[in-house]
Amino acid sequence: MAYPIELILSRQLAECLDMPVFLTDTVGNLLFYNEAAEDILDKRFEDTGEMDVNEWGTVFKNKDDAGNPIPPEDLPLVKTLMNRLPYHKTFWIESFQGTAQRISVTSYPIIGRGATFLGAIAVFWRSPE
Amino acid sequence: MNITLWGVRGSIPTTNPNTKQYGGNTSCVEVVADGWLLVLDAGSGIQGLNSSANVKNSRIDILLTHLHMDHIQGLGFFGPLFNPSTEIHIWGPAGNSQSLRARLGRYFSPPLFPVYFRNLTCKLILHEIEKSNFNIGPFEIQSDYVIHPGPTVGFRIQHQRGIFTYIPDHEFALGCNVNNVKDVRWLSGNELAAGADLMVHDAQYTSEEYQSKQGWGHSSMEDAIQFAELNEVRQLLLSHHDPLHSDEQLRSIQNKLKEKHETTVAFDMAVEGSTIEL
Repeated sequence: MAYPIELILSRQLAECLDMPVFLTDTVGNLLFYNEAAEDILDKRFEDTGEMDVNEWGTVFKNKDDAGNPIPPEDLPLVKTLMNRLPYHKTFWIESFQGTAQRISVTSYPIIGRGATFLGAIAVFWRSPE
Repeated sequence: MNITLWGVRGSIPTTNPNTKQYGGNTSCVEVVADGWLLVLDAGSGIQGLNSSANVKNSRIDILLTHLHMDHIQGLGFFGPLFNPSTEIHIWGPAGNSQSLRARLGRYFSPPLFPVYFRNLTCKLILHEIEKSNFNIGPFEIQSDYVIHPGPTVGFRIQHQRGIFTYIPDHEFALGCNVNNVKDVRWLSGNELAAGADLMVHDAQYTSEEYQSKQGWGHSSMEDAIQFAELNEVRQLLLSHHDPLHSDEQLRSIQNKLKEKHETTVAFDMAVEGSTIEL
Protein backbone atom coordinates (compact mmCIF):
# COMPACT_ATOMS: atom_id res chain seq x y z
CA MET A 1 0.00 0.00 0.00
CA ALA A 2 1.56 3.27 -1.12
CA TYR A 3 1.69 6.25 1.19
CA PRO A 4 -0.57 9.26 0.58
CA ILE A 5 1.00 11.94 -1.57
CA GLU A 6 1.06 14.36 1.37
CA LEU A 7 3.32 12.01 3.36
CA ILE A 8 5.50 11.35 0.33
CA LEU A 9 6.00 15.07 -0.23
CA SER A 10 6.64 15.62 3.49
CA ARG A 11 9.36 12.99 3.40
CA GLN A 12 10.86 14.41 0.24
CA LEU A 13 10.97 17.87 1.80
CA ALA A 14 12.57 16.42 4.94
CA GLU A 15 15.22 14.70 2.85
CA CYS A 16 16.22 18.10 1.48
CA LEU A 17 16.46 19.82 4.88
CA ASP A 18 19.46 20.16 7.11
CA MET A 19 17.42 20.30 10.29
CA PRO A 20 16.20 17.22 12.11
CA VAL A 21 12.75 16.16 10.95
CA PHE A 22 10.68 13.21 12.18
CA LEU A 23 7.64 12.05 10.23
CA THR A 24 5.02 9.86 11.90
CA ASP A 25 1.72 8.25 11.01
CA THR A 26 -1.46 9.07 12.91
CA VAL A 27 -0.57 6.93 15.95
CA GLY A 28 3.05 7.98 16.20
CA ASN A 29 4.86 5.20 14.38
CA LEU A 30 8.02 6.74 12.96
CA LEU A 31 7.73 6.51 9.19
CA PHE A 32 10.86 8.47 8.37
CA TYR A 33 13.61 10.59 9.87
CA ASN A 34 16.14 12.53 7.86
CA GLU A 35 19.91 12.57 7.99
CA ALA A 36 20.00 15.50 10.42
CA ALA A 37 17.69 13.57 12.74
CA GLU A 38 19.96 10.53 12.67
CA ASP A 39 22.43 12.40 14.89
CA ILE A 40 19.78 13.01 17.51
CA LEU A 41 18.41 9.48 17.39
CA ASP A 42 21.90 8.01 17.14
CA LYS A 43 20.52 5.62 14.55
CA ARG A 44 20.48 5.54 10.78
CA PHE A 45 17.17 5.30 8.93
CA GLU A 46 18.78 2.98 6.45
CA ASP A 47 19.46 0.57 9.33
CA THR A 48 16.24 0.88 11.30
CA GLY A 49 13.63 1.61 8.64
CA GLU A 50 10.29 2.55 10.10
CA MET A 51 10.05 2.30 13.88
CA ASP A 52 7.11 1.33 16.02
CA VAL A 53 5.87 4.07 18.35
CA ASN A 54 6.80 1.97 21.40
CA GLU A 55 10.30 1.47 20.10
CA TRP A 56 11.32 4.99 19.17
CA GLY A 57 9.26 6.59 21.94
CA THR A 58 11.64 5.12 24.52
CA VAL A 59 14.90 6.16 22.88
CA PHE A 60 15.04 9.43 24.86
CA LYS A 61 14.41 10.45 28.45
CA ASN A 62 12.68 13.81 28.38
CA LYS A 63 13.32 16.30 31.19
CA ASP A 64 12.50 19.91 31.96
CA ASP A 65 15.07 22.56 32.89
CA ALA A 66 14.86 21.48 36.53
CA GLY A 67 15.63 17.89 35.60
CA ASN A 68 12.12 16.58 36.21
CA PRO A 69 10.81 13.93 33.80
CA ILE A 70 8.22 15.19 31.32
CA PRO A 71 5.22 12.88 30.93
CA PRO A 72 4.60 11.78 27.32
CA GLU A 73 1.27 13.60 27.16
CA ASP A 74 3.11 16.91 27.63
CA LEU A 75 5.42 16.39 24.64
CA PRO A 76 4.63 18.41 21.52
CA LEU A 77 4.43 15.51 19.10
CA VAL A 78 2.20 13.46 21.38
CA LYS A 79 -0.09 16.46 21.84
CA THR A 80 -0.18 17.03 18.09
CA LEU A 81 -1.20 13.44 17.49
CA MET A 82 -3.87 13.66 20.18
CA ASN A 83 -5.31 17.06 19.29
CA ARG A 84 -4.30 17.52 15.62
CA LEU A 85 -2.87 20.93 16.46
CA PRO A 86 0.64 22.43 16.32
CA TYR A 87 2.73 22.63 19.51
CA HIS A 88 6.15 23.87 20.53
CA LYS A 89 8.24 23.18 23.62
CA THR A 90 11.84 23.48 24.77
CA PHE A 91 13.19 20.72 27.01
CA TRP A 92 16.08 18.34 27.55
CA ILE A 93 16.49 14.96 25.94
CA GLU A 94 18.87 12.38 27.30
CA SER A 95 19.91 9.37 25.27
CA PHE A 96 20.51 5.93 26.74
CA GLN A 97 24.23 6.71 26.54
CA GLY A 98 23.54 9.57 28.96
CA THR A 99 24.19 12.40 26.52
CA ALA A 100 21.88 15.31 27.27
CA GLN A 101 21.00 18.16 24.96
CA ARG A 102 18.57 21.03 25.19
CA ILE A 103 16.24 21.12 22.24
CA SER A 104 13.14 22.86 21.03
CA VAL A 105 10.54 20.80 19.24
CA THR A 106 7.94 22.16 16.86
CA SER A 107 5.29 19.71 15.79
CA TYR A 108 2.36 20.04 13.47
CA PRO A 109 -0.28 17.73 12.05
CA ILE A 110 -0.41 16.74 8.41
CA ILE A 111 -3.95 17.42 7.31
CA GLY A 112 -4.25 16.33 3.71
CA ARG A 113 -6.78 16.94 0.99
CA GLY A 114 -10.34 16.37 2.11
CA ALA A 115 -9.26 17.38 5.65
CA THR A 116 -7.84 13.91 6.21
CA PHE A 117 -5.52 13.53 9.19
CA LEU A 118 -2.51 11.61 7.91
CA GLY A 119 0.22 11.98 10.51
CA ALA A 120 2.55 14.53 12.03
CA ILE A 121 5.90 16.22 11.62
CA ALA A 122 8.27 17.07 14.48
CA VAL A 123 11.15 19.41 13.79
CA PHE A 124 13.92 19.49 16.42
CA TRP A 125 15.99 22.60 16.98
CA ARG A 126 19.12 22.60 19.10
CA SER A 127 18.46 25.17 21.76
CA PRO A 128 21.01 27.33 23.63
CA GLU A 129 21.49 26.13 27.23
CA MET B 1 -9.01 -2.74 -25.13
CA ASN B 2 -7.84 -0.26 -27.78
CA ILE B 3 -5.93 2.82 -26.71
CA THR B 4 -5.53 5.65 -29.20
CA LEU B 5 -3.28 8.60 -28.48
CA TRP B 6 -4.87 11.80 -29.82
CA GLY B 7 -2.57 14.23 -28.06
CA VAL B 8 0.90 13.64 -26.63
CA ARG B 9 2.40 17.14 -26.60
CA GLY B 10 2.86 19.02 -23.35
CA SER B 11 2.00 22.54 -22.33
CA ILE B 12 0.82 24.10 -25.61
CA PRO B 13 -0.34 22.80 -29.00
CA THR B 14 2.69 22.78 -31.25
CA THR B 15 1.54 21.73 -34.66
CA ASN B 16 4.02 22.58 -37.37
CA PRO B 17 6.04 20.71 -40.01
CA ASN B 18 8.70 19.92 -37.42
CA THR B 19 6.30 18.13 -35.08
CA LYS B 20 4.12 16.20 -37.52
CA GLN B 21 5.67 12.78 -36.78
CA TYR B 22 5.09 12.74 -33.02
CA GLY B 23 2.27 15.24 -33.11
CA GLY B 24 1.57 18.66 -31.72
CA ASN B 25 -1.75 18.27 -29.95
CA THR B 26 -1.99 18.34 -26.16
CA SER B 27 -3.07 15.49 -23.92
CA CYS B 28 -5.97 13.31 -24.97
CA VAL B 29 -6.25 9.52 -25.05
CA GLU B 30 -9.16 7.38 -26.19
CA VAL B 31 -9.74 4.04 -24.49
CA VAL B 32 -12.32 1.73 -26.06
CA ALA B 33 -13.46 -1.72 -24.98
CA ASP B 34 -16.70 -3.66 -25.25
CA GLY B 35 -18.46 -0.67 -26.81
CA TRP B 36 -17.52 1.71 -23.98
CA LEU B 37 -15.53 4.89 -24.51
CA LEU B 38 -13.24 6.62 -22.04
CA VAL B 39 -11.60 9.92 -22.93
CA LEU B 40 -8.54 10.66 -20.82
CA ASP B 41 -7.97 14.39 -20.68
CA ALA B 42 -9.40 16.93 -23.05
CA GLY B 43 -6.43 18.74 -24.53
CA SER B 44 -6.43 19.91 -28.13
CA GLY B 45 -6.04 16.26 -29.20
CA ILE B 46 -9.73 15.72 -28.44
CA GLN B 47 -10.38 17.30 -31.84
CA GLY B 48 -9.19 14.05 -33.43
CA LEU B 49 -11.78 12.16 -31.46
CA ASN B 50 -14.65 14.13 -32.95
CA SER B 51 -14.37 12.08 -36.13
CA SER B 52 -14.16 8.76 -34.27
CA ALA B 53 -17.12 6.42 -34.62
CA ASN B 54 -17.13 5.91 -30.86
CA VAL B 55 -18.30 9.44 -30.12
CA LYS B 56 -21.75 8.31 -31.26
CA ASN B 57 -22.05 6.30 -28.05
CA SER B 58 -25.01 7.29 -25.93
CA ARG B 59 -22.64 7.54 -22.94
CA ILE B 60 -19.12 8.94 -22.91
CA ASP B 61 -16.87 9.25 -19.86
CA ILE B 62 -14.21 11.97 -19.77
CA LEU B 63 -11.57 11.49 -17.11
CA LEU B 64 -9.50 14.58 -16.34
CA THR B 65 -6.18 14.23 -14.56
CA HIS B 66 -6.22 17.93 -13.68
CA LEU B 67 -7.46 21.23 -14.98
CA HIS B 68 -4.36 22.84 -16.43
CA MET B 69 -5.16 24.41 -19.76
CA ASP B 70 -3.34 21.86 -21.91
CA HIS B 71 -5.61 19.16 -20.46
CA ILE B 72 -8.97 20.91 -20.87
CA GLN B 73 -8.56 23.34 -23.75
CA GLY B 74 -10.29 21.00 -26.21
CA LEU B 75 -13.28 20.31 -23.98
CA GLY B 76 -15.47 23.06 -25.37
CA PHE B 77 -14.90 21.75 -28.89
CA PHE B 78 -15.98 18.20 -28.14
CA GLY B 79 -19.08 17.68 -30.26
CA PRO B 80 -20.99 15.28 -27.98
CA LEU B 81 -21.22 17.99 -25.29
CA PHE B 82 -23.74 19.65 -27.58
CA ASN B 83 -25.75 16.53 -28.35
CA PRO B 84 -28.91 16.25 -26.19
CA SER B 85 -29.05 12.49 -26.66
CA THR B 86 -25.56 11.95 -25.21
CA GLU B 87 -24.90 11.35 -21.53
CA ILE B 88 -21.48 12.67 -20.61
CA HIS B 89 -19.76 11.96 -17.33
CA ILE B 90 -16.81 14.13 -16.43
CA TRP B 91 -14.55 12.77 -13.68
CA GLY B 92 -11.89 15.05 -12.22
CA PRO B 93 -10.23 16.25 -9.03
CA ALA B 94 -11.88 18.99 -7.01
CA GLY B 95 -9.88 21.80 -5.45
CA ASN B 96 -9.50 22.32 -1.73
CA SER B 97 -12.06 25.08 -1.72
CA GLN B 98 -13.85 24.93 -5.09
CA SER B 99 -15.95 22.19 -6.61
CA LEU B 100 -15.06 20.56 -9.91
CA ARG B 101 -18.04 22.32 -11.46
CA ALA B 102 -16.90 25.73 -10.24
CA ARG B 103 -13.35 25.16 -11.44
CA LEU B 104 -14.43 23.92 -14.88
CA GLY B 105 -16.91 26.78 -14.99
CA ARG B 106 -14.01 29.20 -15.10
CA TYR B 107 -13.15 27.75 -18.50
CA PHE B 108 -16.77 27.45 -19.64
CA SER B 109 -17.46 31.17 -19.32
CA PRO B 110 -16.49 34.41 -21.07
CA PRO B 111 -13.97 35.73 -21.76
CA LEU B 112 -12.19 32.35 -22.06
CA PHE B 113 -15.10 30.60 -23.81
CA PRO B 114 -18.40 31.95 -25.11
CA VAL B 115 -20.56 29.06 -23.90
CA TYR B 116 -21.49 28.66 -20.25
CA PHE B 117 -21.57 25.27 -18.58
CA ARG B 118 -25.33 25.59 -18.22
CA ASN B 119 -25.69 25.98 -21.98
CA LEU B 120 -24.23 22.58 -22.82
CA THR B 121 -27.07 20.52 -24.20
CA CYS B 122 -25.87 17.01 -23.40
CA LYS B 123 -26.90 15.29 -20.19
CA LEU B 124 -23.89 16.20 -18.07
CA ILE B 125 -22.91 14.47 -14.85
CA LEU B 126 -19.84 15.54 -12.88
CA HIS B 127 -17.93 13.27 -10.50
CA GLU B 128 -15.32 14.57 -8.09
CA ILE B 129 -12.52 12.11 -7.54
CA GLU B 130 -9.48 11.89 -5.29
CA LYS B 131 -7.91 8.61 -4.22
CA SER B 132 -10.89 6.77 -5.62
CA ASN B 133 -11.99 3.45 -7.04
CA PHE B 134 -14.90 3.34 -9.46
CA ASN B 135 -16.26 1.24 -12.28
CA ILE B 136 -17.28 2.38 -15.74
CA GLY B 137 -18.75 -0.41 -17.87
CA PRO B 138 -16.04 -3.07 -18.19
CA PHE B 139 -13.33 -0.88 -16.62
CA GLU B 140 -12.21 -0.91 -13.01
CA ILE B 141 -10.59 2.44 -12.44
CA GLN B 142 -8.35 3.70 -9.69
CA SER B 143 -7.37 7.33 -9.35
CA ASP B 144 -4.83 8.76 -6.96
CA TYR B 145 -3.09 12.06 -6.41
CA VAL B 146 0.37 12.39 -7.92
CA ILE B 147 3.07 15.03 -7.62
CA HIS B 148 2.23 17.95 -9.92
CA PRO B 149 1.25 21.52 -9.08
CA GLY B 150 -2.41 21.75 -8.04
CA PRO B 151 -4.78 18.83 -7.49
CA THR B 152 -3.68 16.23 -10.05
CA VAL B 153 -4.49 12.55 -10.32
CA GLY B 154 -3.30 9.65 -12.44
CA PHE B 155 -5.43 6.72 -13.56
CA ARG B 156 -5.06 2.96 -13.47
CA ILE B 157 -7.57 1.35 -15.81
CA GLN B 158 -8.07 -2.34 -15.46
CA HIS B 159 -9.90 -4.39 -18.04
CA GLN B 160 -9.95 -8.13 -18.55
CA ARG B 161 -7.44 -7.60 -21.38
CA GLY B 162 -4.87 -5.75 -19.28
CA ILE B 163 -3.91 -2.80 -17.12
CA PHE B 164 -3.35 0.65 -18.60
CA THR B 165 -1.81 3.41 -16.47
CA TYR B 166 -2.07 7.04 -17.48
CA ILE B 167 0.03 9.64 -15.65
CA PRO B 168 0.74 12.38 -18.19
CA ASP B 169 1.89 15.05 -15.72
CA HIS B 170 4.04 13.79 -12.88
CA GLU B 171 7.25 14.81 -11.17
CA PHE B 172 7.71 11.82 -8.89
CA ALA B 173 11.44 12.53 -8.58
CA LEU B 174 10.96 15.91 -6.93
CA GLY B 175 13.29 15.93 -3.93
CA CYS B 176 13.90 12.20 -4.16
CA ASN B 177 16.98 10.27 -5.15
CA VAL B 178 15.60 8.00 -7.85
CA ASN B 179 18.77 5.93 -7.88
CA ASN B 180 18.30 5.00 -4.25
CA VAL B 181 14.65 4.01 -3.94
CA LYS B 182 14.44 1.12 -1.51
CA ASP B 183 10.73 1.14 -0.82
CA VAL B 184 8.37 1.85 -3.72
CA ARG B 185 5.56 2.71 -1.30
CA TRP B 186 7.28 6.11 -1.05
CA LEU B 187 7.00 6.69 -4.79
CA SER B 188 4.24 8.97 -5.96
CA GLY B 189 2.05 7.02 -8.39
CA ASN B 190 3.31 3.63 -7.28
CA GLU B 191 -0.10 2.04 -6.78
CA LEU B 192 -1.28 3.27 -10.16
CA ALA B 193 1.72 1.96 -12.06
CA ALA B 194 2.55 -1.32 -10.31
CA GLY B 195 2.66 -4.14 -12.85
CA ALA B 196 0.87 -2.23 -15.61
CA ASP B 197 0.88 -3.72 -19.11
CA LEU B 198 1.08 -0.27 -20.64
CA MET B 199 1.84 3.11 -19.13
CA VAL B 200 1.69 6.54 -20.73
CA HIS B 201 3.88 8.73 -18.53
CA ASP B 202 5.21 12.24 -18.41
CA ALA B 203 8.68 12.53 -19.94
CA GLN B 204 8.84 16.15 -20.97
CA TYR B 205 12.54 16.78 -20.50
CA THR B 206 15.90 15.22 -21.08
CA SER B 207 17.84 14.72 -17.84
CA GLU B 208 19.98 17.76 -18.72
CA GLU B 209 16.92 19.96 -19.27
CA TYR B 210 15.34 18.70 -16.04
CA GLN B 211 18.16 20.20 -13.98
CA SER B 212 16.81 23.69 -14.61
CA LYS B 213 13.13 22.67 -14.54
CA GLN B 214 12.90 20.98 -11.15
CA GLY B 215 9.62 21.79 -9.44
CA TRP B 216 7.82 22.50 -12.70
CA GLY B 217 5.82 19.30 -12.28
CA HIS B 218 7.28 17.12 -15.02
CA SER B 219 9.67 14.20 -15.34
CA SER B 220 12.79 13.60 -17.30
CA MET B 221 12.72 10.74 -19.78
CA GLU B 222 15.38 8.89 -17.81
CA ASP B 223 13.36 9.21 -14.60
CA ALA B 224 10.22 8.02 -16.38
CA ILE B 225 12.04 4.90 -17.54
CA GLN B 226 13.33 4.31 -14.02
CA PHE B 227 9.83 4.83 -12.62
CA ALA B 228 8.54 2.17 -15.01
CA GLU B 229 11.34 -0.21 -14.01
CA LEU B 230 10.73 0.29 -10.30
CA ASN B 231 7.05 -0.45 -10.81
CA GLU B 232 7.63 -3.40 -13.14
CA VAL B 233 5.69 -1.88 -16.00
CA ARG B 234 5.79 -3.93 -19.20
CA GLN B 235 5.55 -1.20 -21.84
CA LEU B 236 6.13 2.52 -21.45
CA LEU B 237 5.21 5.35 -23.77
CA LEU B 238 7.07 8.57 -23.03
CA SER B 239 4.61 11.42 -23.40
CA HIS B 240 3.89 15.09 -22.77
CA HIS B 241 6.64 16.00 -25.24
CA ASP B 242 8.19 19.36 -24.67
CA PRO B 243 6.85 21.91 -27.19
CA LEU B 244 10.44 22.85 -28.02
CA HIS B 245 11.35 19.30 -29.08
CA SER B 246 11.12 18.75 -32.82
CA ASP B 247 10.58 15.35 -34.44
CA GLU B 248 14.26 15.21 -35.28
CA GLN B 249 15.25 15.92 -31.70
CA LEU B 250 12.79 13.36 -30.30
CA ARG B 251 14.10 10.70 -32.71
CA SER B 252 17.67 11.46 -31.73
CA ILE B 253 16.87 11.48 -28.01
CA GLN B 254 15.03 8.17 -28.31
CA ASN B 255 17.99 6.57 -30.11
CA LYS B 256 20.37 7.75 -27.42
CA LEU B 257 18.07 6.52 -24.65
CA LYS B 258 17.85 3.08 -26.24
CA GLU B 259 21.64 2.91 -26.59
CA LYS B 260 22.16 4.04 -23.01
CA HIS B 261 19.49 2.08 -21.15
CA GLU B 262 19.54 -1.64 -20.73
CA THR B 263 16.11 -2.10 -19.30
CA THR B 264 13.41 -4.68 -18.93
CA VAL B 265 10.84 -2.08 -19.92
CA ALA B 266 9.95 -1.73 -23.59
CA PHE B 267 9.83 2.02 -24.10
CA ASP B 268 9.13 4.35 -27.01
CA MET B 269 8.12 7.90 -27.62
CA ALA B 270 4.34 8.31 -27.73
CA VAL B 271 3.10 9.13 -31.22
CA GLU B 272 -0.10 11.07 -31.89
CA GLY B 273 -2.65 9.02 -33.80
CA SER B 274 -1.17 5.66 -32.84
CA THR B 275 -3.31 2.87 -31.41
CA ILE B 276 -2.16 0.20 -28.99
CA GLU B 277 -4.21 -2.93 -28.48
CA LEU B 278 -4.08 -4.69 -25.13
